[in-house]
Amino acid sequence: MSKPVFQVKGICKRFGGLHALHDVSMSIQAGQVYGLIGPNGAGKTTFFNVITGLYTPDAGSFELAGKPYQPSSVHQVAKAGIARTFQNIRLFAEMTALENVMVGRHVRTGIGVWGAVFRTQAFRQEEQTIAERAQALLDYVGIGELAPFKARTLSYGDQRRLEIARALATDPQLMALDEPAAGMNATEKGQLRALIDRIRRDGRTILLIEHDVKLVMGLCDAVTVLDYGRQIAQGAPAEVRRDPLVIEAYLGSGEH
Amino acid sequence: MNLASLPGRAGLRYLVWGLGLLLLPLMLQSMGNAWVRIADMALLYVLLALGLNIVVGFAGLLDLGFVAFFAVGAYVFGLLASPHLSDTFSWIAAMFPGGLHLPLWAVLPIGAGLAGLLGVLLGAPTLKLRGDYLAIVTLGFGEIIRVFLNNLDNPVNITNGPKGLGQIDAMTVLGHPLSQVLDLGFIELSSVTQYCYLFLVLALVSVLLCHRLQTSRIGRAWMAIREDEIAAKAMGIQTRNLKLLAFGMGAMFGGVAGVMFAAFQGFVSPESFSLMESVMIVAMVVLGGLGHLPGVVLGAILLSALPEVLRYVTHPLQAMTDGRLDAAILRQLLIALAMILIMLWRPRGLWPAPEHGKALPTEREAP
Repeated sequence: MSKPVFQVKGICKRFGGLHALHDVSMSIQAGQVYGLIGPNGAGKTTFFNVITGLYTPDAGSFELAGKPYQPSSVHQVAKAGIARTFQNIRLFAEMTALENVMVGRHVRTGIGVWGAVFRTQAFRQEEQTIAERAQALLDYVGIGELAPFKARTLSYGDQRRLEIARALATDPQLMALDEPAAGMNATEKGQLRALIDRIRRDGRTILLIEHDVKLVMGLCDAVTVLDYGRQIAQGAPAEVRRDPLVIEAYLGSGEH
Repeated sequence: MNLASLPGRAGLRYLVWGLGLLLLPLMLQSMGNAWVRIADMALLYVLLALGLNIVVGFAGLLDLGFVAFFAVGAYVFGLLASPHLSDTFSWIAAMFPGGLHLPLWAVLPIGAGLAGLLGVLLGAPTLKLRGDYLAIVTLGFGEIIRVFLNNLDNPVNITNGPKGLGQIDAMTVLGHPLSQVLDLGFIELSSVTQYCYLFLVLALVSVLLCHRLQTSRIGRAWMAIREDEIAAKAMGIQTRNLKLLAFGMGAMFGGVAGVMFAAFQGFVSPESFSLMESVMIVAMVVLGGLGHLPGVVLGAILLSALPEVLRYVTHPLQAMTDGRLDAAILRQLLIALAMILIMLWRPRGLWPAPEHGKALPTEREAP
């Protein structure tokens, strides 16, 4: 029995009278691709924003790689080891693809103004390793030859890949992908699936929020289903898809 | 920067540039000291524009009160190297019987440090503001500093109010006061020409500093904040500290320029630090090419020299119309016209960062 990389218990989040998340718990094992699905407005993105520090939770405990963490600010969560991508791609548009990934290394490097101004030995070494690492990550996600081009000029699918490379650059314990397949055609989805599969095989742990049930069912090792802020099912994809509550949430109860 | 691979050509290029910059003040001097003075002011504006570029161009924080840091630097030198304080306060006169005349090199770090500190103080409460809102707060800050300088002559006379501070010491370099003519044997350098060389060195050092900051981990983080603050945070960038750093570093450039300005002019008054100056510095950065150092330098030189050069254009125009056209107004009109034309023709600035991110020539096939 491997120990969980990421474990949250009893997360609650209210927006005024709206109970956006109600007692949500989740435990992700190392090397898993974990799916979080649910109909529109189920609270998937709210959950995402809570665990990454964008929203302050009303209750809940958080644990990453065996250590408790407080999602009090976004950059601290990133430092603790959760890297995320965004549903609507958020790249640094006017920077090159390589620079985008190099920014991802920021949190794991430490040379400051002094080193930059005087170009110390340590600075030059660090810069070189940052650039090499960034290029290697671009190669890894399959857009190595696009390194010198500005991020905004990349195609949609390549921008997704770049975002994943940038997230990988932070050496995350947990990669959290927010609807990575949104707006993709069948070919692009196939490629994305292969990429996620590869990242998992290389030992990373992934939390996947996805609308596309087919993609989730085919890719994930375990799934949580949210509906109206409550988790209505949890377990292996094959079991979850037969769960009557899940079928009802997705297809309606059939009473009307 | 791979100098080793092209030793001949790169070396030659640096040599030509160096010689050109070395000869430029001499050429200007031969045309008259008024031209050198224009160049001196242009170089000070280069320093200011480079400082503001860190805040606006690198970190993307619109600062409309930048002249405040210039003012702080100027007043720090004005107060520490003029008779004003020892004339006003007897205890200072008792401590420094010969008057308070701190040398430039002692004041420079004080001026830069105080300006940097004020930059951080301005940055701290405005961290959550962006765009227009930040611009309004910084604009207010710039005005507050000016109003303070204007009114701090009562009840205790610290800044001498609107009358300003006079009799400020000139700079002394290696025991030679820059206010005196330097005779090199084969050529005589006037005072303004010596300042010109000094400012040139400062400007070059500043360009180097900015370039090194830009192409570093810190510079990349600034640009990430400029492009998308939320994504930058999600990458673990501590936006608060980096924004404060940008404010502080930018303000230090302003402070250094202010100290130089005070020593160069020998006189400072609140009038020199109006809102219009802040607006002009922003215009220099934006018209030149936001975030691109050669563009910023070009913008600063053009916009500071243009009004002076236009003097020579507007006078004949005025004479032609029998004095019906006022030269000062005509000058303002022409500057405004030039700015509009630049923005129409070159919306990204006169010399923007090179476009190295064009879309790929052919549709890339999936691997």
